[in-house]
Amino acid sequence: MTPQPYVLEADRLGKTFGALVAADNVSLQVSAGQRVCLIGSNGAGKTTFVNMVTGYIKPSSGSIKLDGKEITGLGPRQIAQRGVCRSFQIPQLCLEMSAAENILVALTVARRGALSFWRGAYDAGLCDEAIAMLERFGLAGHAERPVSELPGGVRKLLDIAMALCRDPRLILLDEPTSGVSVDEKFSMMDTVLRAMDGSNLTTLFVEHDMDIVSTYANRVVAFYSGRVIADGTPAEVLVDAEVKRYVTGNAK
Amino acid sequence: MTRSLQTTILYAAALAVLLLVGLMLPQWLLFLLTMAASHGVVGLGLIVMMRGGVVSFGQGLVFAIGGYVAGLAATRYGITDAVVLVLLGCFASALAGAIAGPLLARYRSIFFAMLTLALSMVLYGILVKSSGVGGSDGFNVPRPSMLGLTINETNADYAFFALSSAIATLLTLLVTIYCRSSRGLLSMAIRDNELRVEYLGTSVRAAMAINFVIAAALGGAGGALTVISLGHIDPNFSYWTTSGEFVFMAILAGHASAPAVFLASLLLELVRSFSNKYFPDTWQLALGLFLLLIILFLPKGVGSLWAKPERLPRQAAEKAQAAAARQRAATEAAQ
Repeated sequence: MTPQPYVLEADRLGKTFGALVAADNVSLQVSAGQRVCLIGSNGAGKTTFVNMVTGYIKPSSGSIKLDGKEITGLGPRQIAQRGVCRSFQIPQLCLEMSAAENILVALTVARRGALSFWRGAYDAGLCDEAIAMLERFGLAGHAERPVSELPGGVRKLLDIAMALCRDPRLILLDEPTSGVSVDEKFSMMDTVLRAMDGSNLTTLFVEHDMDIVSTYANRVVAFYSGRVIADGTPAEVLVDAEVKRYVTGNAK
Repeated sequence: MTRSLQTTILYAAALAVLLLVGLMLPQWLLFLLTMAASHGVVGLGLIVMMRGGVVSFGQGLVFAIGGYVAGLAATRYGITDAVVLVLLGCFASALAGAIAGPLLARYRSIFFAMLTLALSMVLYGILVKSSGVGGSDGFNVPRPSMLGLTINETNADYAFFALSSAIATLLTLLVTIYCRSSRGLLSMAIRDNELRVEYLGTSVRAAMAINFVIAAALGGAGGALTVISLGHIDPNFSYWTTSGEFVFMAILAGHASAPAVFLASLLLELVRSFSNKYFPDTWQLALGLFLLLIILFLPKGVGSLWAKPERLPRQAAEKAQAAAARQRAATEAAQ
């Protein structure tokens, strides 16, 4: 029997900041098309894991493979070029530009040969693609508005849309619904998943709202103190004693 | 007609008008305009860097390299054609920029500014101590020819005015096209959020280094043009006050419009000339007050008076509006 091909393989990842152990032998394999949610209390090591996978910080030990190829120690740019993109807990956008221009920059960088010294930035084909991308996320109405004027939820969606412009193999969403009102969380996740629909995109997302976790994830990985304490389906993980004790906080 | 072609025609027409008007101007004003155009070319380079979010306080470095290379080519190697001298100055400074650029591209804000300043002052120190290039006195540069035509005493002022105006117009056109290009947009994105650009999968450092090389090439061309028109070069080309004037000019112009830098350069030359004449000991005070007023009332520079921010082309904007209308209709139908 041939082994299951993994999109992402993290093997015994470790990261220390002085005396603080942010990641302690974290191993995780993610198959194509999986939607994995990382849960854990603040400081559990979720964002450290995301930062190591996307090259923002280098692991102190262990290895990371993408489609079987080593990416450990590469920087964010090289990792993005290999098909791993991310959104941020605090959306990282170009505030002085319009929403459409943000997408246009992302598309220009993503399309081979689109970066030019003389060809106009507002290429008709790329503009059409940018509008289509905004429409996928329900943001077409904000196309010409400067990002600095957009509400938080719209910025979150735009951040994710930018990450998708490269047609990645793997996308990591760091708390996609944080800072969004309870009423809007579900519609926001629906919008994101609809926008990704049909791409068989492998997704890792960090989330604190357990209703969102149980609704949208097909696998949950729980972190505590830099370690993975549970890994399985939402139904299995959310009833785990350790998860109840250290993560969800209802250990009765 | 493409936008670049429209801009080319507009700039060519502006140059033609300028050259015609130049025929009627007095010598002192021609010289002032020549200096404004030559220094404005250096300011163009600063604008390219400012669009990426950094300001060099050491453009005197590339200004001096371009000037010295042009001067030495004329005096030591007998190269007499002004256009060739400008090209040599431009390439020499671009080469220096290509060496220093990758190092400087690692730094931002005050660190970038101070490193560029340090490099320009290192060159100043070397030039002052180098008797082979005239030490602190510098050396004179013979009057060049232009495209095979001899320039004599009577037509020199107009010839240098025409040369600097033509080269400045050409370089402004190229910078305008660059600023409107996808790489130009990338520079603006870097200025706004480097982290996001890096995560999109492109090298911020490479983009910054490219901007530095472009600015260096422009600085070298400006230095060569200045030397040709002045007929003299000395280490002050690389001194920090010279670099400071270029920064002054760039702040005055803002980065919204490339041609604005020539208006800023002209204003600077006028303030310098008249202040020097009427209150020679305190003319820097006038300059300082002038800059203060600009920062207070036109924080984005004089270019912001006429340059509108780039917008989506009309067709794309219409498509966005249509898409938004479709979304609204779908939402209403769902309710």
